[in-house]
Amino acid sequence: MQTISKTIETEGLKPPVASVGVIGWVRGNLFSGPLSSFLTVVTLLLMVKAIPPLVKWAFIDSVWYTPSEVCKTCVGACWSIVTQNLRFILFGFYPYESHWRPLLSLILFVILILYSSHRSHWKKSLFYLWILTLLVIGLLMKGGLFGLTGVETTKWSGLPITLLLSVFTMAIAYPLGVIIALCRRSKLPIIKGLSIVYIEVIRGVPLISLLFMSAVMFPLFMPEGMTVDKLIRASVALIMFTSAYIAEVVRGGLQGMSKGQYEAAESIGLNYFQTMRLVILPQALKMVIPPTVGILVAAFKDTSLLVIIAIYDLLKTTQTVLSDPPWMGYSAEVYIFISIFYFAGCFSLSSFSRKLEKELQR
Amino acid sequence: MSRIPFWNDARVRGVFYQVAALGLVVVIGYYLVTTTMANLDTRHISSGFSFLQRNAAFEIGESLIPYTAASNYGHALLVGFLNTLKVGFIGIILTVILGTLIGMARLSKNWLISKIAAGYIEIFQGLPILLQLFFWYALFYESLPATRNALSPFTGVYLCKRGLILAVPEPHPAYTTMAITFVMGCVGVYLLRRWAKKRQERTGQYFPLFRVSMGVLLGIPLLVWLAAGTPLKMDVPKLVGFNFRGGMTFSPEFVSLLLGLILYTSAFVAEVVRAGIQSVHKGQWEAAMSVGLRPSYVLNLVVLPQALRVIVPPLTSQMLNLTKNSSLAVGIGYPDFVSVASTTINQTGQSIEPILMIMVVYLFFSLTTSAFMNWYNKKIAIVER
Repeated sequence: MQTISKTIETEGLKPPVASVGVIGWVRGNLFSGPLSSFLTVVTLLLMVKAIPPLVKWAFIDSVWYTPSEVCKTCVGACWSIVTQNLRFILFGFYPYESHWRPLLSLILFVILILYSSHRSHWKKSLFYLWILTLLVIGLLMKGGLFGLTGVETTKWSGLPITLLLSVFTMAIAYPLGVIIALCRRSKLPIIKGLSIVYIEVIRGVPLISLLFMSAVMFPLFMPEGMTVDKLIRASVALIMFTSAYIAEVVRGGLQGMSKGQYEAAESIGLNYFQTMRLVILPQALKMVIPPTVGILVAAFKDTSLLVIIAIYDLLKTTQTVLSDPPWMGYSAEVYIFISIFYFAGCFSLSSFSRKLEKELQR
Repeated sequence: MSRIPFWNDARVRGVFYQVAALGLVVVIGYYLVTTTMANLDTRHISSGFSFLQRNAAFEIGESLIPYTAASNYGHALLVGFLNTLKVGFIGIILTVILGTLIGMARLSKNWLISKIAAGYIEIFQGLPILLQLFFWYALFYESLPATRNALSPFTGVYLCKRGLILAVPEPHPAYTTMAITFVMGCVGVYLLRRWAKKRQERTGQYFPLFRVSMGVLLGIPLLVWLAAGTPLKMDVPKLVGFNFRGGMTFSPEFVSLLLGLILYTSAFVAEVVRAGIQSVHKGQWEAAMSVGLRPSYVLNLVVLPQALRVIVPPLTSQMLNLTKNSSLAVGIGYPDFVSVASTTINQTGQSIEPILMIMVVYLFFSLTTSAFMNWYNKKIAIVER
């Protein structure tokens, strides 16, 4: 046999230097045209102008662990306001010697959230684990048993308030919102009408009017001599507000379900509640995960509005520190510090939602 | 076959559920009203809206209409309402501009610009608006110099603890005429648009609407300005003693509220704009170009009409959010409607009526917005055969 053709080895041509590697990347992504080049240059110039002074302010000229007098003479950032008042910012009026209790609660809480973020852990036992952990946290915070001294809820403040209220709000507002959405989709005119009024009114007014209502109007609703804890009143307002938004999102999911799903469920003899629980809701709720998380993120941010009705959440303890004469005038530093907490919360929730969405799409 | 017992009849159940729901609402409502009445009675709090006529006896920092402490509560609340409209109106315009720019930057092929826009969106969406407002307000009164050493980034613009002071053109009769011609131009452009659309549908001829309307909207006022002898005199703020005289002063509260609202909301608007532009399939661009449309036509006739259908509904809800969030002005002391209402609550002791008024005002905003949305959705809905 004779070979018919043979392969001639040639030296492969390399792509031009200007289109690969670092140079290629820079050309393609930073200087791809006159406008792009102009914008890149202007942005770089602005960064050169802005970043060094900021770094100088935050790290080079700054003081970290000094009393407030030193800050007066310091030209950079006075991070001492954070380090010296850290425990007050985080835990507020909670008895000083018992700060380990809210700290332990926070740690338990973060562990629980990290554990729950894996989908493989989503079983019925997780639900009981949540209830158990929340009970333990409640016990730790409130005390009064097992030799822990009791701490009034009026003394709870700072980060635990922010986190507990958000979780409490989300945990109750979500199922409530689903129920309202089901009512909104109901064929019964009165039930439908009532839920439309509820959703539209709540979504139409600012949260702050509901908070005012909880603070000044709610006491008038109660019979003489009966008072409800301020925290509970505020969380009722937050729950009412969030549930209306959840209801609207879930309604979108319910509307997106094809009619065939309802008919199929009916044809195998499921009643309304079984249809919803076993067929419709699992699919509809899955469809609306991204907007739902958006609302939960908003609910987390909205807890900061409690400042206005004088509940000592993270933002209010920070302001209390700032109203202390020696520490007046270092707002930027503390606000940046607590921003980290809020940002971490929002960012992790939204990146979790993105991850979940990707996993569910598969 | 036995008859279905009545408690298993869907209709009977339906009636039962509804009666139960209605009954529950009525009972709760009745209970709330009676206990509230009793409570008001024992606490000697009057009810009704007669307080609106009473003397308010508090000062309001800034007002669009004349107001003194001798005015009544109704007047004070009107001042607050106008202040809310003011911050909402200016805020919405600036937010839409900034949000569109950032949304487009996010889609830019330039890596640096796109990443900066992404960072902006992530940071400003991820922090509570109230925290941002406090931050800007604190920055204003802690970091800015006193009036004497006011910062002046551009000529005619001064920044100091007293607020933002801008040079404004001195009043001149030509400006009124310019405003009138502008409004007339708007009406004219609207009519022209209708005519051009009809003609295009009938004959297929395209009318260069954008250029002509820009000419009508800007050109005619410009001509008036030139005809009036180009009045250029500016009312430049001057430092007299401890304060600026002349120019236009925006209070620190207003500026920080506006800044916070714009930066926060434009992050959301940017996402809306990005999603809208991305929603138009690449094939639409290519198809439009392949039938020989010019780039500007591609954008105006093919891409924008489709993108706007996706953009406008969430955009209006963001505008509404901005208006609702402006109620947080109470946190930094800008006298908006909620802030004045809350002072009224503290002074009169009557809480129910002012809170109801807040709710009615904002419900009015949101219902008019959703009415507009329904109208718009109907107008732009895809007409299917």
